[in-house]
Amino acid sequence: MSEYSVLIGGKAGEGINTAGLSIAGLFSRLGYRIYMYFDYPSLIRGGHNFAIIRASEKAVRAHRTPVDVLLAFDQKSIDNHRDRIHDGTTIIYDASVVVRGEGYGLPLDEIVEEEGAPPITKNSAMLGALSRVAGIEPVIYEDVLHASVPAKYLDANLRVARRGYDAAGRVFVAEALDAPTLPVLTGNEATGLGLVYGGLESYVAYPMTPTSNLLHFLARRAEDLSIKVLHPENEISVILMALGLAYAGEKAAVGTSGGGFCLMTEGLSLAGMSEIPVTIVMGQRPGPSTGMPTYTAQSDLHFVLNAGQGEFPRFVVAPGDLEETYTWSAAALMLSWKYQVPSIILTDKTLAEGAFSFDPAEITLPPDREPVFWDGNGGYQRYAKTEDGVSPLALPGREGVVVKVSSYAHDEAGFTTETVEGVRDLQEKMLAKGESLERELMTYPAVKTYGPHDAGTTIICWGSEKGACIEAAESFGAQVVQPVVLAPFPVRLWKEAMIGAGKVICVENNSTGQLARLLRQQGFDPGRLILKYDGRPFAVDELEARLEEVIA
Amino acid sequence: MNPKRLAGKPAGELISPAENTWCPGCGNFSIQHMMKSAIAELVEEEGIPIQNFVLLGGIGCHGKLVDYLNVNSFYGIHGRSIPAATGIRLANPDLRVICHVGDGDIYAEGLDHLIFAAKRNSDITVIVHDNRVYGLTTGQYTPTSPFGFRGRSTPGGITERPINPLAVMLASGATHVARGYTKKIRHLKDLFKEAIMHRGFSFVDVLQICVTYCNLTDYYNEHTYELQEGDVETGRFESASRKIREWDYNQDAPIALGTFYSVKRPIYEEEFQALTAGRPDRRALVQKVIEEWR
Repeated sequence: MSEYSVLIGGKAGEGINTAGLSIAGLFSRLGYRIYMYFDYPSLIRGGHNFAIIRASEKAVRAHRTPVDVLLAFDQKSIDNHRDRIHDGTTIIYDASVVVRGEGYGLPLDEIVEEEGAPPITKNSAMLGALSRVAGIEPVIYEDVLHASVPAKYLDANLRVARRGYDAAGRVFVAEALDAPTLPVLTGNEATGLGLVYGGLESYVAYPMTPTSNLLHFLARRAEDLSIKVLHPENEISVILMALGLAYAGEKAAVGTSGGGFCLMTEGLSLAGMSEIPVTIVMGQRPGPSTGMPTYTAQSDLHFVLNAGQGEFPRFVVAPGDLEETYTWSAAALMLSWKYQVPSIILTDKTLAEGAFSFDPAEITLPPDREPVFWDGNGGYQRYAKTEDGVSPLALPGREGVVVKVSSYAHDEAGFTTETVEGVRDLQEKMLAKGESLERELMTYPAVKTYGPHDAGTTIICWGSEKGACIEAAESFGAQVVQPVVLAPFPVRLWKEAMIGAGKVICVENNSTGQLARLLRQQGFDPGRLILKYDGRPFAVDELEARLEEVIA
Repeated sequence: MNPKRLAGKPAGELISPAENTWCPGCGNFSIQHMMKSAIAELVEEEGIPIQNFVLLGGIGCHGKLVDYLNVNSFYGIHGRSIPAATGIRLANPDLRVICHVGDGDIYAEGLDHLIFAAKRNSDITVIVHDNRVYGLTTGQYTPTSPFGFRGRSTPGGITERPINPLAVMLASGATHVARGYTKKIRHLKDLFKEAIMHRGFSFVDVLQICVTYCNLTDYYNEHTYELQEGDVETGRFESASRKIREWDYNQDAPIALGTFYSVKRPIYEEEFQALTAGRPDRRALVQKVIEEWR
């Protein structure tokens, strides 16, 4: 199988992420499927940033430790990654900075000076050199630069790239595959596009890693997508603004991470009580508190399942790849409006900021779901009793209608009530909506399985760990089961998926086994736990080694 | 169209069937009835359909007002009405969005939202029921309680001085700043109408009597006066600022009632209106973005 891993590393501010995406674009143009992991500390200048780009014939959603080519802008980019370098690794380094390097040393300072090019073009020299090493024709990297570099700087980049190309030598040949060039998107971008597909009209957020780039993406494309993008003073305002928009009929979503979600919880509870739809994109990162802002974790599952005072139904989905992110973001928004419940799309840094080939052909679009609007018969009551618990909506501004929503316990018309029957009916109405939602979800791919059913070993995982788990499971011939929907928990689908599961292993990116705890609450045995809580996602080979210990 | 039909309900019909639980003599009654009359008159005079009014309430005695009027309402949470109001206005430019908030509610819990709504000139109206005490939680000091106020959480008297909310609003960029008093109801009603009709962020601090925990009726009757023509130049920041600083909510001084400042500035929500105008086929737009991805 043709497969290549390339690492590019340097200091923050040198454009490592963009350079990584250019490398992704290079292999993508040859028909390869891409995964890119981007690792960076929370600072603007200095430090050590690196991206690992894995290009493969088949879909890949996780990185592996060894790399075939290492592109080093500084000494750390070699020294910090000794474990990735093997006999077959080709190192290309900036000879102006790196003193201990073996491979192709490019005098980058000299090159950019001679070409009269800005320092950022050094990335293009690396792209050119990589192309030469990988036997890729200049026309390919030239096309990448045409697509990514502003016209003003294109010539300088092309000249510098050629210098890099000429300075290296061919080591292997990455053959062009008979496969289409797929777009390479981040999880954040797929989330944004999915939300708009599902009917999003306004996106409201306060910047917080790892979902800031969702805010940036939608703000940049607001006109193209015909949406409003708002950035108010804090996350409390964010969710309240979204609820105001939704009350007046505009479909809104918000985005944040754990710390911001803390501030949103009173608004979340208000959404539950007032039955105003809102969709929340919650990108996890390691806590507690500020934790490690730019790293990854799956440690907020129980937080989102339980956040907010009182008892109210909510929809929680944890997509594990771009296709799921796109379709479930759309579904989350539509279901939120149909059932008038908050929807939470739980991602993490690995998925949100990771880049993946996006294959529209693999997408099964969710069914269209519309909010239920009042038919105009009789008097309007915002919280009218119905069989499924969902009261028809009317919007303020409609003639002859008074729309009263409330955070207080309320009667059908929306007036405050504290009577025994009144509050009991209200609570039961809310729970009925949750049950209706649960029934509808039976027809969705809320639990997914991969690999042979009769393997005798089943690996359970959720969210972004799916990619590493599926790949690692293949080497053991094991089955993988992934709950995509986490609330309301799809009990029946889970039972069906786990028939004949055999030995069960639960893989998570946290220190206590949060999915395992949820499964135990539901009366299921999560089996043995394999946990990783260092802020980094599993590399496939690393997970294989951990599985070996448990399976052997 | 027949203006009478557009006008909808006469003022009396705007009172809802909800049971009123304010203390007898509460200043909230004045605010409720003057808001009701202001809305009814604006329906008549300006032809604004009754269904285009939306009231928001925070949490506190003031918030009950939204239950007591038969008008669209969003009974929100403590200190958080304002961002919801901006959201409502963003979604539908035809709506007249009026926040009823309390002094504890918006000067303590939600001050950030108040300042930012003024800063961005959000086209909403904020009516503060400023009784200078927490009523519903039974008598604690608020950001506008005078120095030395003995509340249930500060039995020895507070050692901090009140904020002057009008000065805060002026400094934050509010484009319409006024003050009323619940014992001067006709004046109050006119202030409400003027604020609702203002295009941009309008703010009215209402000195409200709390008969149970902070009854300043005699004090206000003695010190308040209505601004007359020539007392303040409402289009000039410095003039408004001087008049606003005449009384600092603490020391004895004449207390001016009326509009201190009113100017025109671009409206926040209008900047976004074009983005979602029409009935765009967003799915086609998503498709296009994906197809053109490079």
